[in-house]
Amino acid sequence: MSRRLIIIGGALLGVLGVLLVRFGNPANMGICVACFIRDTAGGLGLHRAALVQYIRPEISGFILGAFAAALAAGEFRARGGSSPMLRFFLGFAVMIGALIFLGCPLRMLLRLSAGDLNALVGLFGFVAGIAVGVFFIRRGFSLGRSYKLGTGNGYVIPVIAFSFIVLVLAAPAFIFFSESGPGSLRAPFLLSLAGGLAAGVVVQRSRLCQAGCFRDLMLVKDPHLLYGSLAIFGTALVMNLAFGYFKVGFAGQPVAHTDGVWNFLGMVVVGLGATLLGGCPLRQTIMAGEGDTDAGMAFLGMLVGAAFAHNFGLASSPAGTTAAGRIGAVLALAFLVTVGFTFTLAEVKIPVKESAAHGIKV
Amino acid sequence: MESKYDLDVRGLSCPEPVVQAKKILDGGIVKKISIIADSRVSAENIRRLAYHFGLACSLTERAGEFLIVIGKEV
Repeated sequence: MSRRLIIIGGALLGVLGVLLVRFGNPANMGICVACFIRDTAGGLGLHRAALVQYIRPEISGFILGAFAAALAAGEFRARGGSSPMLRFFLGFAVMIGALIFLGCPLRMLLRLSAGDLNALVGLFGFVAGIAVGVFFIRRGFSLGRSYKLGTGNGYVIPVIAFSFIVLVLAAPAFIFFSESGPGSLRAPFLLSLAGGLAAGVVVQRSRLCQAGCFRDLMLVKDPHLLYGSLAIFGTALVMNLAFGYFKVGFAGQPVAHTDGVWNFLGMVVVGLGATLLGGCPLRQTIMAGEGDTDAGMAFLGMLVGAAFAHNFGLASSPAGTTAAGRIGAVLALAFLVTVGFTFTLAEVKIPVKESAAHGIKV
Repeated sequence: MESKYDLDVRGLSCPEPVVQAKKILDGGIVKKISIIADSRVSAENIRRLAYHFGLACSLTERAGEFLIVIGKEV
């Protein structure tokens, strides 16, 4: 049944998440969609934070793996039109929150599985943010319908992902490669790409989503997606123990800071934003590969958001948060709450037949 | 204008299809309701919701769209 698929998918993701660290990715960062999109922004020169510049092949892998899997399953559909401009900025806001906490929801799970208790604080924030999002959804929040688009629209993000691979391999002078810091810590290119492709296929098929897992528990008491997240966490935990990466505590955790309030709030932004978008950052990236141009806009918003975060000094570091970052997080939260309140069902016409002839008691 | 389906969730992003379907199912159904979706993911999610309510569910794919019929037996 699909439960088996999602557990296998989660387990595979957990394995990849730790294996990629073993082969060179930064500690507790075998897979982090937010960090890797940020690194890619740096590699492209969209920001000049020298420690985090590298066009991560994993990102291209996620997109192209999802693209291939969707095509093979007949699920590739170019679609869009569901508030794309807003979705761009929702992605932008989610990235700011993630860079305050220093991780996307998947990295949050991986950090937690390595004993990083700061990620537990983040998890509470994430769940709180999702709860706020669920409140908006129950109230009737909707970004509107998407529609079928000309197929070429769906190819744009996969082609961009392919171009990233070309740029990493060709390494022209205008592409940046960190020589120190997290951007310099990278698994061999082929392994990163293969890992990303595998993850892309797995997540596309299994529908894994870190935000959806808590959201569905709250909305419809459905634990289906939670099994996936538990599988990620459980597998990664076992592997971290096996490789000796497990270290419980708050202080001295790799690429992490101990500012609890902002670890919490940063992930509130991510949880709320992801719920309004309809999926966590990884899910948005995967859907972008499936031809969903609305998710593609969220992806581009995350890319640009990461660039702004570093250019404006919003991003955190192991030393902690910045004043600008804290303001950025509050502004992002204000934006998300405004969108949540403003876009309600009344603006979206959903025909529901309330006819006794069809036997519906409404 | 009359709609051919009881609920049209085409183009709605996660989790709206399930939220809309749940609103109908919460009210209790006497016969059958039909839902049209345009993504397999939405269809799968709605089917899971139907099972959660202890109802039967049939899923038919036609030209990239999914017709979901939910009832006591389908």
